[in-house]
Amino acid sequence: MAVARLDVPKTAKRGEIIEIRTLVSHVMENGFRRNYLGVPLPRDIITDFSCSYNGVEICRVALYPSIAANPFLSFTTIATESGTLTFNWRGDNGFNHSETASIAVE
Amino acid sequence: MLPPRAFAQLARTPLNNMPEIIKRVTGGAVINKGRVKLNVPPLVENGHLVPLGVTVDSPMTATDYVSEIHVFTEKNPLPEMISFHIGPRAGRAAIATRVRLADTENVVAIARLSDGSYWSDSAFVIVTLAACLEEL
Repeated sequence: MAVARLDVPKTAKRGEIIEIRTLVSHVMENGFRRNYLGVPLPRDIITDFSCSYNGVEICRVALYPSIAANPFLSFTTIATESGTLTFNWRGDNGFNHSETASIAVE
Repeated sequence: MLPPRAFAQLARTPLNNMPEIIKRVTGGAVINKGRVKLNVPPLVENGHLVPLGVTVDSPMTATDYVSEIHVFTEKNPLPEMISFHIGPRAGRAAIATRVRLADTENVVAIARLSDGSYWSDSAFVIVTLAACLEEL
């Protein structure tokens, strides 16, 4: 089971630009490596990330094998209203992990 | 002057098909220099974890904003690194992630603006310990 870390401000002023940082535990095996017997290790990466703010998608990311293990992503958004941010990671072998964070906008 | 080891690495890994992939992503559009700032250290010891950030000079209004930010490399096994799809709700076109670098190589960031124009910035990174193709 994946572990995700979110850095979302708990409160923000209306119209303020907030930075969102996410980290999720994942090996991101790139599919180009071999083990000590020369057997290729199958690819196992996160391929898609999306973030929704009260149901509206604000950021979508396509990830490739060049992204380091435990993918870190940082982006910004405007704090428009109080509500929930939903984060979703999808990847190989049916990987699917979601997290939510709430934000109070005054 | 590059250190001898960096020279050895320059010759080691062949280039991938980055220009072809960039052409596919941009649809062959003209890519302008400027407006994009690619932040990546010029020299990294560990290619497994390289902090990388991209900022684009844009007002990020409803009619003039950055819609896509792509990052490519010329020597990793695959040229694509990451693609961010953002919009006017981002407020600021600034993204960051951590990438792997297989060799001493050029990294290219390309941004697509809402008017359909493409802007880019590139950086040359010297890598001491390469990632991606090592044996376990």
